[in-house]
Amino acid sequence: MPLEDLVAGAGLVGVILYGVLGGADFGGGVWDLFAGGPRRDEQRAAIAHAMGPVWEANHVWLIFVIVLLFTAFPPAFAALSIGLFGVFHFVLLGVSLRGAAFVFRGPHVAHGEAGHWGTVFGVASVITPVLLGMAIGAVSASSFRVRDGQVQVAGATPWLAPVSLAIGALALALCAYLAAVYLTVETRGELQEDFRRRALLAGTVVVGLAALTLPLLKLETPHLWRGLLSIRAAPVVVTGVAAALLSGWALLRRRFRPARAAAIVQVSLLLAGWGLAQYPYLIYPDVTIQDSAAPPATLRFVLYSLPIGLVILVPSLWLLLRVFKTRQA
Amino acid sequence: MDILSAARAQMAVSLGFHMVLAATGIAMPLLMLMAEGLWLRTGQPHYHDLARKWAKASGLLFALGAVSGTALSFELGLLWPRFMGFAGGIVGPAFALEGFAFFVEAIFLGLYLYGWDRLSPLAHWLAGIPVALSGLLSGILVCAVNAWMQAPVGFELDHSGRLTNIDPLATFRSPFWLPIAIHSSLSCYIAVAFAVAGVYAAGLLRGRRDAYHRSGLTIAMTVATTTALLQPVSGDFSGRAAARHQPVKLAAMEALFDTQAGAPLVIGGIPDAASGELRFGIEIPYGLSLLAAHDPHAVIQGLNDFPPDEWPNVLWTHLAFQVMVGCGFALIGLGLWFWWARWRRGVEHRWLLRALVAGAPLGFVALEAGWVVTEVGRQPWTIYGLMRTADAVTPVPDVPISLALFSALYLGLGVALVGLLLRLARQGPPGAGATAVPEKGVAHAP
Repeated sequence: MPLEDLVAGAGLVGVILYGVLGGADFGGGVWDLFAGGPRRDEQRAAIAHAMGPVWEANHVWLIFVIVLLFTAFPPAFAALSIGLFGVFHFVLLGVSLRGAAFVFRGPHVAHGEAGHWGTVFGVASVITPVLLGMAIGAVSASSFRVRDGQVQVAGATPWLAPVSLAIGALALALCAYLAAVYLTVETRGELQEDFRRRALLAGTVVVGLAALTLPLLKLETPHLWRGLLSIRAAPVVVTGVAAALLSGWALLRRRFRPARAAAIVQVSLLLAGWGLAQYPYLIYPDVTIQDSAAPPATLRFVLYSLPIGLVILVPSLWLLLRVFKTRQA
Repeated sequence: MDILSAARAQMAVSLGFHMVLAATGIAMPLLMLMAEGLWLRTGQPHYHDLARKWAKASGLLFALGAVSGTALSFELGLLWPRFMGFAGGIVGPAFALEGFAFFVEAIFLGLYLYGWDRLSPLAHWLAGIPVALSGLLSGILVCAVNAWMQAPVGFELDHSGRLTNIDPLATFRSPFWLPIAIHSSLSCYIAVAFAVAGVYAAGLLRGRRDAYHRSGLTIAMTVATTTALLQPVSGDFSGRAAARHQPVKLAAMEALFDTQAGAPLVIGGIPDAASGELRFGIEIPYGLSLLAAHDPHAVIQGLNDFPPDEWPNVLWTHLAFQVMVGCGFALIGLGLWFWWARWRRGVEHRWLLRALVAGAPLGFVALEAGWVVTEVGRQPWTIYGLMRTADAVTPVPDVPISLALFSALYLGLGVALVGLLLRLARQGPPGAGATAVPEKGVAHAP
């Protein structure tokens, strides 16, 4: 397998990890904003408790993806930075406000006490995954072109295409689904039921939005549609859909741990399927993995440094999750 | 406002904001480890209170540091896509290694900030060590990128002007890496430690003469004075590197227009680049030759040896350098005064405490001014001698809008942060009972 494909694969793994870890933190913010019913404050407390120790580590996967992109595929990063200038700035605004508001509101998570920062946290958590989804949509929907190193953007907001909006909405629904499913494992009793209902609601929305997005892909991005049906991506996507159904079924039966595992597989495979369908393009149809790759020495450095980094990171992450994600007696 | 000015302003705002937070990320863990270590050794609760208080402040600072750092990693491309498209493959590895260090920091920070009740006291203290080390390491690693931009090495240019034959570790071979990394790391400890000392000096001034405030001041001043005393040595190292590899920057720092042997060191003064004169400066004969080359008769190149379109802004570079050095020496004096007073008659002397409060922001002023020297002094280049800033900038015309957006964002976040930190500082020790913040952090799920 060519060097640049391996590095691109590592980047896709980074996107997936950001999706299943960082995505759930955005989803937590969504459920903070829409906390309701008699246990509203308890819901918010459970979300804050789940996110507190881990969200910064989860957030690092986004930085990982960006650094990998500009190290291994510099011209692609440059083109994305020009073509998605607006949407990236709004993503950064959302990321900054979400993170700042989460710590600024302090331990008083009940919204009366948390004040405006509590609201900022929730709203930024809703908007940011939509924008990130729209950015993913934009690189698939040829909403800007790259010719001879020059980026040509049609209109001021090329990322406001229907496909982008649909993928943005789907991203939000998936984040909300992941968070609610994770929270069913981390709570008990009525609170657990609250999150189960929320997970079922978000899951239904995911199915609805997926049904809406697929025909849109066929119409607007035929190359992506063909890619999804290709022998490369189709088995991954089909397994992902099966995992989605399995996680929904497990939720209905209150089998929360299997539901969580299946939800993780579902989101991972959907993102992997998108990556495989998009292959070999980083930005369709002008920038490919091959022609934007950095010199081999740099690619080799990236590839060899990954396992060394993982030797340090994996045990550290294991420790973090063991300390905070195993239930206290 | 044109795109280039707006992009430079946005970079300055973003980097200037992040720098303060990054400095706290490097230095606060050391202070926490010292306080918590003293608690483990002596069992005196006020050390524990100090560590808890500093951890609370750090929780706010680190979160903002993480998000503003994320913004910078995007902004490198958003503002300078041609620079990143050209040099991403060579500066990327240093960022990648920094990413790993930052990852370790974020993981152990989660353990440290939220693990007070979940880890044994010793395990908790040990969890702080990777935070302190990886914070320092990420700073050192990211300085390699800047060092490479000051003195690019480790590549060849092909016929179409693209980088080829890249050494992936080129950034670490730049002659500026060590000088910048050492100078910048020390300045982070200086800035944060003097700022913390100012908080406890203010408490003592208000009559809170307890062990909590005395120890807070002593721990901070231990770090502050040690690092402040080391800084001139590292500054000398940096200055000589500049003399060798960026003589035009050194000339601008010193506002030296004509090449001369036995060049004087100028203190203060306002340079006028148009007329090539420096007014109101105090000259120390042979000073610059002595400092830059360790030889009083050495020849130092002046600005007039270089084409004017390769000069940095002389006024800014010179003034920022004067501010940095002035603050640095003022802080050294403050540190020596503190320890002398402590040795002779105790530190609770009103004028000393007032001076410590007044000196609290000076370390950050010096840190920012030092980066102005480095960055403005590198202009008009993004990559010294290789790519001009005007050629690196984005073609997107909306930069003035994004500049306004980010300025407003960071102004708002900065004001809110300062307000919250002041509230934390005023609350006094967390164990005092008067505090409104519950000890356990967030409420626990059932």
